[in-house]
Amino acid sequence: MRSASLKSVLVDNAPTMLITGTSKGIGRYLVEYYVEKGFQVIGCSRRMVDYSLADYHHYCVDVADENQVKQMFMEVRKRRGALSVLINNAGIASMNHTLLTPLETVRDILNTNVIGTFLFCREAAKLMQQSRYGRIVNFATVATPLKLEGEAMYASSKAAVVTLTHILARELADLGITVNAVGPTPIATDLIRGVPKEKMDALINRQAIRRFGELRDVANVIDFFIRPESDFITGQVVYLGGV
Amino acid sequence: MNDNEKLMRAIFDAVDDINERLPDARKLDHSRDTVLFGESGNLDSLGLVHLIVAVEQRIEDTLGVAISLADEKAMSQRTSPFRTIGTLADYAIRLVEERSRG
Repeated sequence: MRSASLKSVLVDNAPTMLITGTSKGIGRYLVEYYVEKGFQVIGCSRRMVDYSLADYHHYCVDVADENQVKQMFMEVRKRRGALSVLINNAGIASMNHTLLTPLETVRDILNTNVIGTFLFCREAAKLMQQSRYGRIVNFATVATPLKLEGEAMYASSKAAVVTLTHILARELADLGITVNAVGPTPIATDLIRGVPKEKMDALINRQAIRRFGELRDVANVIDFFIRPESDFITGQVVYLGGV
Repeated sequence: MNDNEKLMRAIFDAVDDINERLPDARKLDHSRDTVLFGESGNLDSLGLVHLIVAVEQRIEDTLGVAISLADEKAMSQRTSPFRTIGTLADYAIRLVEERSRG
């Protein structure tokens, strides 16, 4: 089954994109990047953001709270009528030896990275299936294939996101929705602040291309996944840096 | 129209949404007794998924309440609340009342 054309699902000629975790880092960059590209962008984070853009609307939402997420999607449906793209960027990391990892940290990681991603995929798919068109991009990490010591729960939670991506791709294919994931290398954002330089250097040396990732590297992969022409690309995970 | 009547209207509107995609022989009647799935039901599993999503969205539009019909209680009941339009309506009414009470 071929997807509906993107144009047919727009309410004001601008496609709607929802990005989670938009207060800083990659999420904030993606908001500015896709507003510039002509998307109507809706974003969320736990707190209000300290920026505003004409084509950006922000919600304060805990991505793992089902009621809050459903309420947000109800408003998105009223406001926009359709959703073309979901980018599940919200995520938390914690670098710690397993023997020193508090259970509360484990719960926080699983809630945001796994439950949050699942809830947004589920609710977005309900909205996207109406127009038989949708692009979902999840966030993986190179920490999973590299089996990074000190990131047991972060890498495990993202392994769950990878499996979710593979299976959702199959479950949602008949609805015209593709589901893919991008796996960034370390990027100089808050997520890796505080990680010792030797650790970072050792990690980067395991990449085929030995440099920090840039925000534009992530956007480049997302651009490919969300193109209307990418309707035969689903269930794929692209790791940056040649990992 | 009270809330229960509105909810029943929302469910029948959702049924109309789904009927647009079904062949004539499998269209669902506007009746509480209409069997949705199982041996004498007209929907396959994906059809039921579409109906449940359509009902959730129609309830959002009509009553302004966001509910998840496929919650844990629904999935763990011995007799599925999604067997007939009537059982689906009763279950949805319960969820809307629970949500309204906060």
